Amino acid sequence: MIQTIAFYLFAIMVVLSAGLVITARNPVHSVLWLILAFFNAAGLMLLVGAEFIAMLLVIVYVGAVAVLFLFVVMMLDIDFSELRGGFVRYLPFGVAVALVLLCEIVIAGGAWEAGPVELAGRTALAPDPAAIPNIQALGTLLYTRYLFVFEGAGLVLLVAMIGAIVLTHRARGGVRQQNVRRQNIRRPQDATRNTNPPVGQGVEL
Amino acid sequence: MGYTASFALSLPEIILSFGAIALMLAAAWAGDKASKAISVIAVALLAGAAASLLGPSGSGGVGYDGLYVADGFSAFSKLLIYVSAAIAIIIAPGFFDREGEMRAEFPVLILLSAVGMGMMVSAIDLLSLYVGLELQSLAAYVLASFLRRDGRSAEAGLKYFVLGALASGILLYGISLLYGFSGGTSFHAVAVAMHAGVGTGLLFGLVFVLAGLAFKIAAVPFHMWTPDVYEGSPTPVTAFFASAPKVAAMGLLVRVAIEAMGPAGDEWRQIMIFCALASTILGAVAAIGQTNIKRLMAYSSINNVGFALFGLVPGTAYGASGVLTYMTVYIAMTLGSLLCILQMRDAEGNPVETIASLSGLSRTRPGLAAAFAVFMFSLAGIPPLFGFWPKFMVFDALVDVGMWPLAMIGIATSVIGAFYYLKIVKTIYFDEPSDVRFVPLRSTTEGVLILIAALFVSPLGYFTVPLLGKATLDAATALF
Repeated sequence: MIQTIAFYLFAIMVVLSAGLVITARNPVHSVLWLILAFFNAAGLMLLVGAEFIAMLLVIVYVGAVAVLFLFVVMMLDIDFSELRGGFVRYLPFGVAVALVLLCEIVIAGGAWEAGPVELAGRTALAPDPAAIPNIQALGTLLYTRYLFVFEGAGLVLLVAMIGAIVLTHRARGGVRQQNVRRQNIRRPQDATRNTNPPVGQGVEL
Repeated sequence: MGYTASFALSLPEIILSFGAIALMLAAAWAGDKASKAISVIAVALLAGAAASLLGPSGSGGVGYDGLYVADGFSAFSKLLIYVSAAIAIIIAPGFFDREGEMRAEFPVLILLSAVGMGMMVSAIDLLSLYVGLELQSLAAYVLASFLRRDGRSAEAGLKYFVLGALASGILLYGISLLYGFSGGTSFHAVAVAMHAGVGTGLLFGLVFVLAGLAFKIAAVPFHMWTPDVYEGSPTPVTAFFASAPKVAAMGLLVRVAIEAMGPAGDEWRQIMIFCALASTILGAVAAIGQTNIKRLMAYSSINNVGFALFGLVPGTAYGASGVLTYMTVYIAMTLGSLLCILQMRDAEGNPVETIASLSGLSRTRPGLAAAFAVFMFSLAGIPPLFGFWPKFMVFDALVDVGMWPLAMIGIATSVIGAFYYLKIVKTIYFDEPSDVRFVPLRSTTEGVLILIAALFVSPLGYFTVPLLGKATLDAATALF
């Protein structure tokens, strides 16, 4: 019972916030609705027992992708009302794309009913979901059987980081930089001084 | 197999990656002042990794649950890769110092790229193949645009990155098809599925994977990035690109073709024949009109890769050993030529890259001119020089399996290629000296390296034939 309620709650919220993403006038609000949609989709994933994908949605999509969207939307100076101005002009094209997608969904549904494509019999690596939670199963595979490629992927990310810094970082001259050591060794008596100016005269600095 | 045994197998990669991370930390604290010391340590690490190949990592077999193999083939390829990477590190400070751009990250990126290349030649699973390839490529994109102030270098990096990403996408698509239709990612599983019959799905996977790999070795029709990247990259990086990654990608291609797609030999043979013929012909014809020597070297590398592919066509151990011999002699010739190009600097120390500036070099710099001539004659495959021997081996392997018409066409294309190599020799020896006077050789290390490469490709190289022949044949038989 509680699962059904939770499902309908999450599902309705996903659909509603997805609708608001495309109807919100302010692009920043659109991104915020998108984040809400991601959170609810993560809830749906939890309900079907895919904890890993749920966490991935929250961490990767909400934590990284949506925040990136937010930055881009806020940084770029795009006049969205002008973009919407071409709505009628591009309507036929949009309808055509929507029709193609609809046809594809129908065909995919039909093909799914007809059974899978003849692929080779895969050796069953997947463990029984009832016996082991899928985060644990994935972790076991990543850190044992696929340790080598996992560490290799780590090195790929390291190279990407080094590369980004090598190509963009430069030491600029004439910049006032913070020097923590100098700040720490500075005593109050070096920085401030008490003066007692007589009445009617200004302070001399 | 336990982890200790697996770690022992991949000892070269472990040495290089831990060393690279430690050097990165050193670079972060000591800054660019320490780049000389870091380069020296990086070369020492490469030597250490090469020395570790004498142990189990040279012939220990399969590790990491079938993701990694240490056999004679991988050991031989790794030796070539580490030597070329070390030479790229050694020649870099002399070049970048004059630009004021020597940074401590350069040797670190080369080391990480060498890790990726080691993973490539040791891969017996599509996953480790892809991760190794990506590690190597990503470091290469950064190296191509290492001279940030130079517009051409930035352009080279960007072009290489965009086209390389496209090629990776094509390769991954092929890998996904192979996985879907064979049921496993290991080369063995793919081979078993292909043995049972090569259906449309497997065939598409095979074509896409080979297309992605052909991009990495710059074989026609996936060569278009090569001239721009070679021309725009800093010369030590060009020398690196023309040597180590070529060996790694070629080794990977040989292993994929024989171990994973062996049962589908008839299918991939057509692709290889086309790539080999197209590369040798286009590499020879398109090079004729070039005026920039680095662009010419790019076409020369395309041409040479075509000849090496001829060795893969028969699909025999002898042919594969021909490919390895070809790559060994090729990196000596191409590194030697690029080291000579590195010496082309005018009085202010600015690099000169036009072929016209070489005219009359024999009268102003007879030593450099002689070295250039040796490398060019050798690249052309003219008999007394050692460059002839690997060409002979690959065509001999073709004749062995009765493909003599193909061998004849291949020999004909090598004659076309000889034209532009000889044109450079003519410019150097018979033209009137140009206004450009090159500064004298400043680094003895570079002089010694040129001398070693020139001696290796000279007729003296034939003394190495018994040793080289045995080493490459042992390496190649490890695949069968």
